[in-house]
Amino acid sequence: MATTERPAPSIGQRKQRKEDPELITGASRYVDDISIPGMLWVYVVRSPFAHARINGIDLSEALAAPGVVAAYTGETLEMGPLVMAWPINDECKAPAHLPLTKDKARYVGDPVAVVVADSRVHAKDAAELVQVEWEPLPAVTDIKEALADGAPIVHEEYGTNDAGSWIMSRDSPAPIRNPSGPYFEDPDMVTIKEEYYLSRLIPNAMEPRGVVVDVNSSMGEYTVYSATQIPHILRTTLTITCGVPEAKLRVVAPDVGGGFGSKLEAYPEDAICLTIAKVLGRPVKWIEERSEGYVATLHGREMYQQIELASTKDGILKAVRVKLWASMGAHMRIITPGIPMLGAWLYAGCYDVEGYDFEYTNVFTNNTFTDAYRGAGRPEATYAIERAMDALARELGMDPVELRRKNFISDDKFPNYTIASGLTIDSANYAGTLEKCIGMLGYEKFRAEQKSRRESGSTKVLGVGFSTWLEMCGIAPSRVLAALKYIAGGWDAATVEFLPTGTVRVLTGVSPHGQGEVTTFSQIVADQLGVDFDDVEVLHGDTQIVPLGLDTYGSRGLSVGGVALWKAGEKIIEKARKIAAHELECAEEDLEFAGGDFTVKGTDRSANIKALGFSAWSAHNLPDGMEPGLTATHLYDPPNFSWPNGAHACVVEVDTETGSIDLLRYIAVDDCGVRINPMVVEGQVHGGVAQGIAEALFEEATYDSEGNLQHGTMTTYMLPGPPELPSFELDHTVTPSPTNPMGVKGVGEAGTIAAPPAVINAVVDALSHLGVTNVGRPATPERVWNAIQEARR
Amino acid sequence: MKRITVTVNGVTHEAEVEERELLVYFLREGLGLTGTNVGCDTSSCGTCTIHLDGESVKSCTLLAVQADGAEITTIEGLATNGELHPMQAAFQEHHGLQCGYCTPGMIMAATSLLKENPSPSEDDIRHGLEGNLCRCTGYHNIVKAVAAVANG
Amino acid sequence: MIPASFDYEVAESVDHALELLRTKEDPKLIAGGHSLLPLMKLRLARPGTLVDIGRLGDLRGVRDAGDHLAIGGLTRHHDLNTDALARQHCPLIAYAAGLVGDPQVRHRGTIGGSLAHGDPASDLPTICLVLDAVIVARGPGGERTIDASGFFNGFFDTALAEDEIITEVRVPKTGSAGWSYLKFRQRALDWATVGVAAVVGSSHGSIQGAKVAFTNMGQTPLRAAAVEAALDGAPRDAVAQAAQKADEGTDPPSDTWATGDFRRHLARVLTGRAVEEALSR
Repeated sequence: MATTERPAPSIGQRKQRKEDPELITGASRYVDDISIPGMLWVYVVRSPFAHARINGIDLSEALAAPGVVAAYTGETLEMGPLVMAWPINDECKAPAHLPLTKDKARYVGDPVAVVVADSRVHAKDAAELVQVEWEPLPAVTDIKEALADGAPIVHEEYGTNDAGSWIMSRDSPAPIRNPSGPYFEDPDMVTIKEEYYLSRLIPNAMEPRGVVVDVNSSMGEYTVYSATQIPHILRTTLTITCGVPEAKLRVVAPDVGGGFGSKLEAYPEDAICLTIAKVLGRPVKWIEERSEGYVATLHGREMYQQIELASTKDGILKAVRVKLWASMGAHMRIITPGIPMLGAWLYAGCYDVEGYDFEYTNVFTNNTFTDAYRGAGRPEATYAIERAMDALARELGMDPVELRRKNFISDDKFPNYTIASGLTIDSANYAGTLEKCIGMLGYEKFRAEQKSRRESGSTKVLGVGFSTWLEMCGIAPSRVLAALKYIAGGWDAATVEFLPTGTVRVLTGVSPHGQGEVTTFSQIVADQLGVDFDDVEVLHGDTQIVPLGLDTYGSRGLSVGGVALWKAGEKIIEKARKIAAHELECAEEDLEFAGGDFTVKGTDRSANIKALGFSAWSAHNLPDGMEPGLTATHLYDPPNFSWPNGAHACVVEVDTETGSIDLLRYIAVDDCGVRINPMVVEGQVHGGVAQGIAEALFEEATYDSEGNLQHGTMTTYMLPGPPELPSFELDHTVTPSPTNPMGVKGVGEAGTIAAPPAVINAVVDALSHLGVTNVGRPATPERVWNAIQEARR
Repeated sequence: MKRITVTVNGVTHEAEVEERELLVYFLREGLGLTGTNVGCDTSSCGTCTIHLDGESVKSCTLLAVQADGAEITTIEGLATNGELHPMQAAFQEHHGLQCGYCTPGMIMAATSLLKENPSPSEDDIRHGLEGNLCRCTGYHNIVKAVAAVANG
Repeated sequence: MIPASFDYEVAESVDHALELLRTKEDPKLIAGGHSLLPLMKLRLARPGTLVDIGRLGDLRGVRDAGDHLAIGGLTRHHDLNTDALARQHCPLIAYAAGLVGDPQVRHRGTIGGSLAHGDPASDLPTICLVLDAVIVARGPGGERTIDASGFFNGFFDTALAEDEIITEVRVPKTGSAGWSYLKFRQRALDWATVGVAAVVGSSHGSIQGAKVAFTNMGQTPLRAAAVEAALDGAPRDAVAQAAQKADEGTDPPSDTWATGDFRRHLARVLTGRAVEEALSR
């Protein structure tokens, strides 16, 4: 169970990261840094139209251009469809997604041909010479328009853009406590209905994507270096798409410059490069240009939300009812149809309700496909409920903090409380995080200042917004995934091995790309096995070195991969104990293990685990029948999700004449259970909050009526820079998870989940005295100003 | 093709380059200095920031031929005699990086900033780095690291 | 990220540059390159020959020329932002130069390049317009001067001929007049959604010789003629009313940052604030 009492020389320390020396000196190796003798360059020709039939492709001019080795269309480069791994139910439409489209283009950026040349420059120059005979078709990019009669149809074989619905009462494996309907029909209930639109987002990992494929033709072996979060999953999906035997396919995630879900994908370019390498028998490389990536790399969010709450007149929340319409874009990528479902159980937030209903409808449009973006499903849920809680507070004339306090799932329900939507939360501290947050804010003082500012008639008004959040992360129990129709499992793996020279090698199946597990996993091993932090080497991200694993996403690195590591460590201790008992000629039960030493109780006779590691390797004197080597592998399948939570507050100043927003304070109090390295945890929260703020105030990807991306470069897509964000004020509580032996939960998505409603609630609060009840997001100056004008009307 | 002479991290190089070759590709592919990364194609992200004659510039928005005769410092040239530059050390100490991709450019921008303004306020630091984007850190710890170096 | 092919020539002198412009095929000047190269990288611009004037050191720097400052055409935004003469005699242009792009851009971008590009969303053209600057250009026929008021012809279109080079920008010293430049944008490194520059004098409680100009309110930087007329000789409390005329004669664009209507609104609000700030300086 929880291990907070255990002496912890390493866990809990702000250890500097082992990852950093390479990264701060330029010695890192990202995919674009990889070059292989004889390597050819691939350039992808993409559709300039959102929807157009391909009546012919002429490659002859391109083939004649300097340095060109080959060029292909979908007809000439043979590949199967890309893998889609989450057909959410029988009505889920999942059209085959070919890496190079043959019949028509369905979004601006759809790959239609490739050119292969001896240099980056020649490939790009020649790509301009590919002639495609286009027959442009009407396009549809808006969710609601796509569902209207007579809309252009993205996939004609279905005759509709409705890609199928998922209805909780019908499709969820976990029973709902009560249907919501009766609560909304009860005349004694106060009910509200809110509608929100979540804009389309571009993840923008700082490193663009890229692929290098190396070939050992004589052996039929291929190495794919890809800027990916999921080398193991990519290996499997590439085998299916490209027909390369899985055992002969090695996928390496070298240093990867951020992901946020955008590199959790089986992309056309991965398959195209592997197939070209196979056909030509030569190494190839493709590096994405940023503006290319804006149409070629997955987008996130974009949905219409409808949320209804029913509460008693004194503010006891009784029921939640939710309907969503989500944009898939033009294709179902690896888990596109299931993204809204990742929030399905969480639309009541941290609040105890009785009635619950949820459903969503997936919609095809002529846009870049959507898929997992940091938080995936859970930011959407948190946004809806936290905005709606403020709306309910206004309806009831209650303070928004008071309303939240009144409705939290109380501490005494834990451990293991089954919420109305049917999942079981193992532990949480909802009230505790909010109280701490309120304390840091100085709530009453703020309200007084807000009031006096308003009374002074200033055009700079103040607002505060709150967001309390929970998430189901640590994805995921494999049986649950099965029940949700996800094709793969959710376990992860770790191997711990004592090397004869006294160091410990750790192989982890998660694939960090900034999260710092090389450091935090070293801390875990150092503590558990009593070895030096510096004597632990953590290897990852190469399917040849670490064959077993399911990679990094969904805040699972620690809560699944880290627990697998802990379990492997337990096996190591168990075996070492046997060797120690053998060497010290005592019974195993007589041994105490602490600080790396097995000591015979009541004596000073002991054996150190490193020495036992050497004994196991030399195998000169092992107990009869024992296998040599001190190594252990564990595959851990979590029995439950992990359930971190927290409370955030945001203070803004709004200029009522220009609509511009100044973010004055951002306070985050989070509970991710036991913290291995507080510095790393804080870094995750900072980055997540920044992305959440960006989502609320800056970022959106819109399309014009012809389906062209209007925010098509990093100049127009609004990523906030250093001046646009404040320093953050952080604190935490620690509620260990009872589900795993380390008490850990996960923190990678916390900030992104919590921040958007806190920010928008703050903006609305600032303008509430003018009658403003909603501001569209992102809350640009113009949207804010329009909201003020509408309220005045 | 044009012949250029540039001094990079104290070493003088003569090279034939195509007129249209961007400085960043010359550094990365011509000289093998792959520490300088490319993050965008619109001069927006600052990932490719280096020092040209002692000042921060975006090496994706310079032609290699424009750098003929210049002194260039890249992230690889910042440490001296195996000792990290204080800014590099501060980024590690204050956890001013996660995935590390923006880091070389961020460090080069930060050192240029402190050269021009040795004792910046937090606001000065944030504006001094306004040409550099990071998607991991929310800038919090980057600002802390730069402030720590400025305050000695 | 890779420009289309071109030839490249280094100009050794202004005369040499003029000769290259005359003799080379489809030539284009490059100085800092921070307007041109981004377009070339996306292949939205494909010049035949780049004539690099970036090494003409004579064209760089700020000189005191009596009633005005003579700013070399190759003076970088960073130089202008930190120049002691500029800060003393024309603080508006020094300040505005510090708002262009970001530090890396300011280390390369030049005033001549900025003016020649003729981007209505760019800051320094507006500043030159509000200051009644004079642009000195050299061409095959020798040197000529062009008033800023006659320099910006249209969208990315200026009075500078294809075979001319901006050698100098003359900006009058602002003396005791107050000044302001309010650059409204969501992010520090963005172009102005709307920018309002004001240079305002006052004597005995009334406003004298107010000059106001806009960034990104039309095809070119624009002077706010109606506002200037309303302010001239008016008492200080007339500012708010005058500012209401700010969008008269403007033709602001609608884009992903703002609609034209919102830009009109911003111009009115910011004009009031800019004039007030100028009066307070």
